[in-house]
This record gives sequence, C-alpha cells and structure tokens, in this order.
Amino acid sequence: MNKITKQNLITYGIVIAAYIILEILMLTGNLSSHLKGLLVPMTYYAVIAVALNLCVGILGELSIGHCGFMCIGAFSSAFFSKATENSLPTAPRFILALIIGIAMAALFGFLIGIPVLRLKGDYLAIVTLAFGEIIKNVINSFYIGIDSKGLHFTMKSAMDLEMEADGNVIVNGAMGITGTPHNASFTIGIVVLLVSLFVVQNLINSRDGRAIMAIRDNYIAAEATGVNVTGYKMMAFTISAAIAGAAGVLFSHNITTLTASSQYFGYNASIMILVYVVLGGIGNIRGSVIAACILYLLPELLRGLNTYRMLIYSIILIVMMIVNWSPKIIAWREKTFGKSGILGFILRRKKEVA
Amino acid sequence: MSFLTYLINGLSLGSIYAIIALGYTMVYGIAKMLNFAHGDFIMVGCYIIFSVSAALSGNSVVGIIVAIILCTLLGVTTEFVAYRPLRGAASPLAVLITAIGVSYLLENIALLIYGADIKSFSSVISWEGVSFAGGQLKIQGVTIVTILVSVVILTVLQLFINKTKQGQAMLAASEDKGAATLMGINVNRTIALTFAIGSALAAVAGALLCSAYPSLSPYTGAMPGIKAFVAAVLGGIGSIPGAMIGGLALGIVEILSKTYISSQLSDAIVFGILVVVLLVKPTGILGKVVQEKV
Repeated sequence: MNKITKQNLITYGIVIAAYIILEILMLTGNLSSHLKGLLVPMTYYAVIAVALNLCVGILGELSIGHCGFMCIGAFSSAFFSKATENSLPTAPRFILALIIGIAMAALFGFLIGIPVLRLKGDYLAIVTLAFGEIIKNVINSFYIGIDSKGLHFTMKSAMDLEMEADGNVIVNGAMGITGTPHNASFTIGIVVLLVSLFVVQNLINSRDGRAIMAIRDNYIAAEATGVNVTGYKMMAFTISAAIAGAAGVLFSHNITTLTASSQYFGYNASIMILVYVVLGGIGNIRGSVIAACILYLLPELLRGLNTYRMLIYSIILIVMMIVNWSPKIIAWREKTFGKSGILGFILRRKKEVA
Repeated sequence: MSFLTYLINGLSLGSIYAIIALGYTMVYGIAKMLNFAHGDFIMVGCYIIFSVSAALSGNSVVGIIVAIILCTLLGVTTEFVAYRPLRGAASPLAVLITAIGVSYLLENIALLIYGADIKSFSSVISWEGVSFAGGQLKIQGVTIVTILVSVVILTVLQLFINKTKQGQAMLAASEDKGAATLMGINVNRTIALTFAIGSALAAVAGALLCSAYPSLSPYTGAMPGIKAFVAAVLGGIGSIPGAMIGGLALGIVEILSKTYISSQLSDAIVFGILVVVLLVKPTGILGKVVQEKV
C-alpha cells in the first residue's frame, strides 16, 4: 500500500469514524434535537467544500459562485421529486432525483465553464460570482406548474400559468418549492460525502489530476508539454459543479420550503464555503471536510452567546488568517519554537501540505 | 418624458456606484486585493451620519464631515491591523478571507449597536429639485447633487493622481512595488493613503445612497458594494475613468431594466452585461492588457 492510498484511506476512516460516533450518540439519546438537525447540513456543506476545493485548490481557479450550482442541483431535483411524488416509490425516486440534480449541475457547470474559463484570476472570480447571482435571480422568477395537460411554464406570475382546475404549481417564483419530501438523512449525506471524496481523491492521483495540477502550477509549461489545457480545465470545473449539485440535492430534500434566497445561494453563501476551503487548507481535501464541519457547527454551537456569536466568529476568522498566513508571524514562530518539538513538527507538516 | 426621468435616475444611481467603484478600483489597483469590506464602510458611514444627525437634531453637514473622518480612520486602521500583516502571504486568498472577516465584523458590530430593524434615513439634501416642461420632468435635488458630486470627485481624483507627487507614487506602486521602493517611495504609506481615500469616498457614497434610498440596515452596504465592484471590473479595474463609465453604465442598465423588463430580473441583467463585456474584452472597457512573460 503506497503513501497516497494510505492518506486517502485515513480520510475515509475519519468520516466513517465520525459517522459511527454520531450514530452511537444519537441512539443513546445524547444528541439534542437541535444538534440532530445540524447533521445533514453538515454533510452537504462538507460535500460542497470538497467540490469547491477541487476548483480552487486543485484547478487553481477562484470561484465565488459555487452555490449557484448547488442551487441548480437543489431546484432540479426538488422539482423532479415534487412532480413524481405520487407516482414513484421513495427509494428509486430519490436516486433518480440525485442523478438529475447532479446531471443538471454538471450541464450548467459545463455551459458556464466555456466562457468563464477563458478568463483569468480575479476576473474569473467575479464572473463566477455574476453567474451565481444570475442563476439565483432567474430561478426566482420561474413559475412551473403541472396539470392534466402537462407542464406549464412562465416567468410572469403564478396566475399566468393558465392551468386546469387540477393544476399544481410546483415552482412558485420567489416562493420557490414547498413540501419537497424529506428524503435526505444523515446516512445518505455521509454516503454522498464518501462518494464525492472517492471521486475527487482518485481524480487528483490520476493522470488527469496531475495534468490539472500542472495547469494550476504553470499553464504555459503544461501547454508546452502537450497537456490539453482547456479540456482539463473544463473537466475539473464540470466535476466540481456536479458535486456541488449533489450537495444541492441533499439540501433540497432536507428543507420544507426551498427558495432561491441570498442566504443559501447568494454570493455570501459561496464565500462562506470559500472560507471553509481556505481555513481547511487550499488543495487539502481532508482539511476541507474537517473545516466545513467545525466551522458550520461553530456559529451554531455559539448560539448560547446569542448576538455575540457572529461577532466572535468574525474575530476568530481574522485572527486565524493572520496567525496562519502572515509571513512575519510564520517567521517568528519558526524562530521561537524552532524546527523541532511538537509545534515545529506541526509547522513542517503544514509546509509540506502547502 | 418618463424615459428621460428614468435615465436621469439611472445616472444618479450610477454616480453612486461610480463613487464606490472608485474606492474599489484604487485599492485593487495598488494592493491587488478585493476589499470585500468596502461595502460595509458605506454602511458604517451611513450609521455615523444617522447618529450624529440625531444627536445634533438634524444637522447633517456635521454628520457628513464626522462620517468622512471616521471612515477614513476606519479604513486606515483596518488596513494596518488586518491587511498589512498579510502582505506577501503565500496565497492571495488569505487577505481576501480576512477582508470577508472584517466585513462580518462590521456588520455584526452595527447589528449589536443598532439592531436588525431598518432605520429610516432622512436625506442630507433638503433641496426639492427642479422641474422642467411645466412639471412634466421633475428632477429631485438629491439626483442633481449626486451627479455633480461624482463629477467633482472624478475630476479631483484624476488631477490628484496625475499632477501630485503622492498620486504618481500610487501609480508607481501599483505598477511595480519593488521598483517603487527602490525609487524611494514608501509603499506601505502609499497603500494606507489609498485606503484612506477609498474609505472617505465610501462615506460620501453612503450619504448619497441613503439620501436617495432612505432605508438603513447593517446590510445596506453589501449589495451596492458588490455592484460597484462589478462596475469597477466592467470599466477595467485599476482605471479611474473606467470606474466612472462602469458605474454609470451599471446604474442606467439597472434602473431601465427594473422599469421596462422586470424588477426580479434586473440584477441578473446587470450581471449578465458584466459577463458579456468580459467575454468580448477580458480586462474590461478601459482595462490594460498585460502581456504575460514566459
């Protein structure tokens, strides 16, 4: 067993161990209902953090619109689940919804990737932000209904659908989709997370993954060696969007009223995921999962502090960034604690990862 | 006539975006960082004017001056405490995330002090405005003042950058920090000055924004901040006339699409225009194309 396989297995091991511990806590009744409600969100935020890390850390392109793909996955799957709620049994319906959510997000990832990946650096970042906002706004003005004559679609209002008496409005503009069946469970979330980890970690250690990282490190050199730069960029971006779509499916099947609101799908939400990725370590997939779980739970667990919680969170964020990244502080730490001892060991490990 | 009214409203909103975008573009040009907290400086400026005016029973001139001074201090302090230690960090994302942290911090401090409810902001401009063509075309005072202020700011900034030593130092530092240091320019101080100017402009923009749209909450600055950033990118980031053009274009498009197409989709249209422009001209309307050396 080589080093890479070992590292990958450790990542799966951590996820599975956390799952078992939480399940035991749940069965023995040690988990409050508030905490139980946080478990599924924790898994989908971990999934989308993995997706974003593929884009930011491995492909090296900053995306601040990833929640847009999550939004597409959420709405397409919720639409499917609502439309077939009475005609399909639960298990196959959810699997189909998952596939549809992932496929739609991948399709849009591909379509958006064509223009976006022509740009570079901060310009690319702002265009991903723009697409994220466009997706959110366009979905907010969709009205889709279903009746005996089939599907009705308009962008004006629910009245303009002109449906028969037996009609059922599924997507109701800014009011979104209400009553999607709650099919996502903690177990399903963990399975989706493990599959995403499997896909991303194997991609990174494959021939394609090495090509993608070569583009990240120096695209001119990569191109000169015969790497198909556009093709590999598209591939990484599409896979990243698809995984974000999977997170969206979990999201929509865990919430009663799904709306394309800024809180969940706006640029602020995308930035929150970016915070997970950066604090977990750019390019470090395991770090993303751990950071997503901790940082998602942190403000929720600080709820006791009420109004001060986000204040504390923001101060922790600033201090952590400065302590972790400031060149002067890094130099000071190395001088004071040296390269030996536990701290020195942690520092060295960090450098190797970076 | 109504089209003309909308156009002028668009120009006014565009002028506000332009003033914010000037701050964004200057900071980006020199520090190469997206200052996500810039929009929140606007909000801070608004709350200061709101509080000072309330304390002085409606004297908004003092409020504006205090807001400009305090926002300038806030900008310089933020730069010194949060951004300067991260200059030269291994990843440019580090300072971006710190800026996001600052943005959260400012929003939550405002939330603690003023609460989440929306305050109604009384306009700092008491002038009623003028009407043409027998009252058919009415232009509000705040609209005229906004457009005039933005023109004055643009002119002064252009003169400052091109004619003064400090302005030239800014240009040099944005071009090449190492070379600028060798020429005896204090790069750190120049960046601090840029933050000071940008934050002062944010306070001015805040006063105008809340006079035109008189509702004030801790999140007032976020969306205009992002739109202004889009305007700066649209015009070509780092370029001062570009920020002006981008801001005006964005304001006009937003108001016209809100009126004639759909208020729901106006943001999508605004962002759509950014996408289209960047695809045709990847560095924005007035942006410089920097050839990459191999």
